[in-house]
Order: sequence, then C-alpha cells, then structure tokens
Amino acid sequence: MPDAIVLQTPLSEQDVTALKIGDRVLLNGVLYTARDAAHKRLVELLEKGQPLPFDLSGQVIYYVGPSPAQPGRPVGAAGPTTSYRMDAYAPLLIRHGLRGMIGKGARSDAVKDAMRRHKAVYFAAIGGAGALMARSILSAEVIAYPELGPEAVRRLEVKDFPVIVANDVHGGDLYQEGVRRYARTA
Amino acid sequence: MRSVHVDDIVRTIRDLAIRANTELGDDVLRAFEAALEKEESPTGRDILKRLIENAEIARAEKIPMCQDTGFAVVFVDMGQDVHIEGGSLREAVEEGVRQGYRDGYLRKSICHPFTRQNTGDNTPAIIHIDVQPGDHFRLILAPKGGGSENMSRVTMLTPAVGIQGVKDFVVQRVKESGPNPCPPTIVGVGIGGTFEQAALLAKKALLRPLGSPNPDPELGALEADWLEAINRLGIGPQGLGGRITSLAVHILMMPCHIASLPVAVNIQCHAARHKEASL
Repeated sequence: MPDAIVLQTPLSEQDVTALKIGDRVLLNGVLYTARDAAHKRLVELLEKGQPLPFDLSGQVIYYVGPSPAQPGRPVGAAGPTTSYRMDAYAPLLIRHGLRGMIGKGARSDAVKDAMRRHKAVYFAAIGGAGALMARSILSAEVIAYPELGPEAVRRLEVKDFPVIVANDVHGGDLYQEGVRRYARTA
Repeated sequence: MRSVHVDDIVRTIRDLAIRANTELGDDVLRAFEAALEKEESPTGRDILKRLIENAEIARAEKIPMCQDTGFAVVFVDMGQDVHIEGGSLREAVEEGVRQGYRDGYLRKSICHPFTRQNTGDNTPAIIHIDVQPGDHFRLILAPKGGGSENMSRVTMLTPAVGIQGVKDFVVQRVKESGPNPCPPTIVGVGIGGTFEQAALLAKKALLRPLGSPNPDPELGALEADWLEAINRLGIGPQGLGGRITSLAVHILMMPCHIASLPVAVNIQCHAARHKEASL
C-alpha cells in the first residue's frame, strides 16, 4: 500500500486536483464540523446573502457529532456520520468555495456533479472508529449554534487525521468502483 | 418471592451503558480477526486493522468506540417470582440510562421527531420486558446507532415467495444499504409473528454472540447461505469494496398468520454493542 499523502488545510484547487480515489490522506490544520441541523442553517444564511460563521473558501467540513469530552480532552469519540443526509445542502456550499467534505457513505449525483464542476473532493473516514480518530484532534471549539449540542459547528485543529479519497474531482467514485472490483456475480 | 431494589437496577443500567459503549465484545473482536484473514482488499484490510485498534483505544482509555452511543435499548428478562422494591422498574431503567450517559460522557442522541429538540439525557429508553416462570432478573443493554438502524426494514411478503423470497429481500436490503450502516455489519433477521413482532425478533437476533450456532440447524444453514450471498456483493468494509460486507446473519423465526409472511431486517453496524448483568 503506498504511503499516505499529507495535506494542510485550507486546500487549494491544485491540492485536490492531484487526488485520486483510493488515496490515503492525512489532513492537518483546521476542519469545521457540521451535521444536518447546522447545514440547514448555513444554507439559509447563504440563500439570504448573509455571512457564514466561518469563511468557506478552501475549507473542509467534517460530518460529525462528537460525544462529550472527558475532562482534560478536547473532544470525545469523533467518527463520521452518514453523508447522504447532507446531500441536499452540499452543492450550494461547494459553489461557495467549500473544497472538501469528510463523512461516510455514497453521495448523490448532484453533489458529485458540484464536486467535478467546482473542484471539491469527498473523503471517507472510518465510520465507528471514533476513539481512534479523536486521537488526531488537538483542539475543538464551538464557533456557532451551541444550542444544537452535538450538532453545533466546531472548529477542530487536527494532526494527521486519516481519510480515504472516496470521490475525486475527475468523477471517480470509490463506492462504485471498489464494489465493482470485488462483486461476484452468480 | 425474591426482591430486587430499584437502586440496584439504576446502578446496574448505568454501568452497562458505560461498559457497552467502551468495551467491544470479544466475540466481535474475534470476528474482526477472522475477517482480516479473508479480506482481499488492501483498503478493507486497513479498515479492519483500524477497527481493532479503535476497540483497544476505547477500552484502555474508557472513551466510546463510536461517537454515536445510540438509543438505549434495554431488555428486562425477569421471573414472575421477583418483586421490584422501592419504586418503578421502568423509571429505574430510565434513571440508569440518564446517569450512564451523563457519567460516561456518552452522546445524547434522542430528540423530538419534528422539532429535533434534544431530550438532553438520552431518555426515553426503549424497554422490552419479558416475564417468565422463576426468580431470575437479567438486564441487557444494547445501544443502537442511528446509521445502521436507518437501513433496517420490515416488510410483509406474500407467503408464496417462500425461503427464496425472504433471502432475496434480506440480500437486497444489505445491497441497497451499501456503505451507510458501517459495514462489516451483522444482519438480524426476524421471520414470522406479526408486523411488530418480526422487528423485535430481528433486534433480539442481534444479541446472540458472534460465532455461536443457531440452535435450529435448518436456520443455521440458511444463515450460512445468506451470509455467503451477502459477501458476494463486494460492498466490503465501509462500503469501499471487499469480501467482508457482513460478519454474520442471525435469524429468529416464529409462526405467523396463514395470510402473512412478515420479515424484518435489523442491520447492526460493526460496533455491535451489548452488555448484560443478572441481579
């Protein structure tokens, strides 16, 4: 297995254009967290032409609702949630500069189309490996919607956060191609 | 007549909630090791290794293996000669869940269906009480995550479709679920009963330890056959392609109405959590 690619956020167009499905990537820098409820609010702000709680340009959103942090830790378990629930909102965020998304599970055609068109990438993190992934999170700070509890928007500082490229900007889809490679027809 | 005090129930449920979320069962870890032997996809093998590592970190550091610490599903198996002392059985279970999710730093994931307002303490719990002869008192707590529960289904098939029709439904459900329920999964299948009973059978089927045979050899043969069909789908760990889509199929079956063939598929993610205790 080839070595992982180390990237620093925010990501440039060149950064993501070089990625191909199946690449293992270690992300460093800042990630923003958002799930369904936060996405709904972000999209409402964009539609009203109002500013977002953070600048989307080149950023990566992680679909996660961490468990509460124990004393002395920045965050509890923090693995990805299923991404299709964000599909209705993601294309608009991508059009406004979002460069990457981290979650688990396949994306809709509309999201994949927006990724190709505006050069964004979708990373798969390992669902259910929340204890492992928390080790790569150095700090977590709620920056918007604290009333949403686990669904609040957080700014995470990460070091070598492990992900796999699931959809690249060239139209590759690991969820389809990986399954095709291993399926056995009767 | 034997007495069980509600304070002991509260304490036990609290501890079960914390242990279930931080200590993955040895049966599941053994199933990961066995899957690693069979998995051909490099990505799939990497994922399986990380799941083993994740379980070790969770156990050693006492943090939840998955941030989705689930809906608290509690099975109370009690003898009819047991008297509950000091208060309400159901309220004791709820209080135990409340304390466990608070003290264990577990995520509170329960909300109003429409407003999505979080209840704040992970209650209510889902409580199934079964009363049988005797004076036993056993509690099982099985936290159930949302991602895999969302991929579960109940259907009422036409009896004429028979075993093949049930198999097709089960395999198709796993196929359509793809990566969403966090494979490698365990597939609980409830066959027979009524609409709601089939779903409960499917959930109970998930409690059987991995690697233990179905007490009914004919159902055991179906489990092996359906598992093979599922693992030919190629979905693999996390749905990124591979041989191991599911670790096991577990079937529970009971008689049904002459007009019906109810089937439920309850999909369990690889964080197959349940812990039990007897008082």
